Amino acid sequence: MLKARVIPCLDVNEGRVVKGVNFVDLVDAGDPVEQAQLYDAAGADELCFLDITASHENRDTIFDVVARTAEHCFMPLTVGGGVRTTDDIRKLLLAGADKVSINTAAVHNPDFVREASEKFGAQCIVVAVDAKRVDAETREPSPDGTRFEIFTHGGRKATGIECISWAEKMADFGAGEILLTSMDRDGTKNGFDLALTRAVADAVPVPVIASGGVGNLDHLVDGITEGHASAVLAASIFHFGTYSIQEAKAHMLAHGAPVRMDEAIA
Amino acid sequence: MTIALIDYGSGNLRSAAKAFERVVQDLGRSDDVAVTNDPDVVARADRVVLPGVGAYADCRAGISAIDGMMEALDEAVIARAQPFLGICVGMQLMATTGFEFGETPGFGWIPGAVQPLAPADKTLKIPHMGWNELFWVGYQEHPVLKDLANGQHGYFVHSYQFMPEVSEHLLAVTDYGGPVTAAVGRDNLVGTQFHPEKSQAVGLKLIENFLKWTP
Repeated sequence: MLKARVIPCLDVNEGRVVKGVNFVDLVDAGDPVEQAQLYDAAGADELCFLDITASHENRDTIFDVVARTAEHCFMPLTVGGGVRTTDDIRKLLLAGADKVSINTAAVHNPDFVREASEKFGAQCIVVAVDAKRVDAETREPSPDGTRFEIFTHGGRKATGIECISWAEKMADFGAGEILLTSMDRDGTKNGFDLALTRAVADAVPVPVIASGGVGNLDHLVDGITEGHASAVLAASIFHFGTYSIQEAKAHMLAHGAPVRMDEAIA
Repeated sequence: MTIALIDYGSGNLRSAAKAFERVVQDLGRSDDVAVTNDPDVVARADRVVLPGVGAYADCRAGISAIDGMMEALDEAVIARAQPFLGICVGMQLMATTGFEFGETPGFGWIPGAVQPLAPADKTLKIPHMGWNELFWVGYQEHPVLKDLANGQHGYFVHSYQFMPEVSEHLLAVTDYGGPVTAAVGRDNLVGTQFHPEKSQAVGLKLIENFLKWTP
């Protein structure tokens, strides 16, 4: 059977790994290539680089990081951040990426997702959806809100777009996968927003990666069993050595979330 | 020897090239891993690899758009019978016909059609994406499958599958709401739906077997 994937995510800022708490207060967490190798050896199912400064400057550093990572890592690598054109995608694929994640550009021009999918195949196109709870009446951000809306620019800009129909539209336009991040939970260690995750995962025909809020291993299990996600993404619990990939997988397997336990590369 | 990885304007080329380079290095060999769109290099190559990330029609068009590439493939793979490895869409292109974004003729090397995945269980996501178990069928003694055990995982990312007409051409399946083609082969041709270059130890072993293969 198909296994649930455990995906460590490296937020990369100017060539260094950082982990933001609600996307601010960046703390340096090391060299991305070194970390990628450690995760590869540990049996991570996939790796994700999010170039969080790509919208602004130093665009080329990520190509170098991706190229150096691809020298050593033989697992799927997704790269996101600042992907705006099919030329950006081709450059990332040539550097060694296997998939690209599109966020802001999809909101500005949904047809870009269609174009990218027809050019590179749906399996290569991940659409990142950053969602925040808003009050159903006032549409103001509210952690208790029942409506989910899309935010861009690392959660700073509201779009007014409703999240679930947006995810459905992106799948329809050719996204092969949805990387769903709860902006309310990101960095909190309180667990995924399971209502959000499940609503999106049940609505779209493509796999959903749950992201934002993992603080312990039960959260990973919940993302799969209750959130109906196909994969779980986490950053800080792995980077700072709180848990290893193998601990995470063993815990998931023991609690009803099937994962791959093949021997890792020594 | 020269291992030609064909660059047809799509594909996760570097990713595939790096895996081959790693295996060449681990084997202590000095093979040249050439990422190329030069038909002359392909025509003379000792191993030909067609990597795959892309849509069927677009990939087929990409190869046709390179003047002389199809002829070079025929020269190396059919006339000179050099070992060929197709990965994902690169494997699917060996079929007679593909049905992604319209009906597109493939190379016609292995009879069959490339059809959309349509699992009866509608909760199963499409694409079939992630790690799934491999079960080797048919040609158990196939040199490219040497030392690969049933139940190990390969990394899949696809929405279509190769349906070979001849059952002996099916080398491996995985289970996704029923059997799904994971590898095909005949004569000097092999293809994997999963990505050996992304399948960690399992994938590197398959690549090693392919480089040692003398059909």
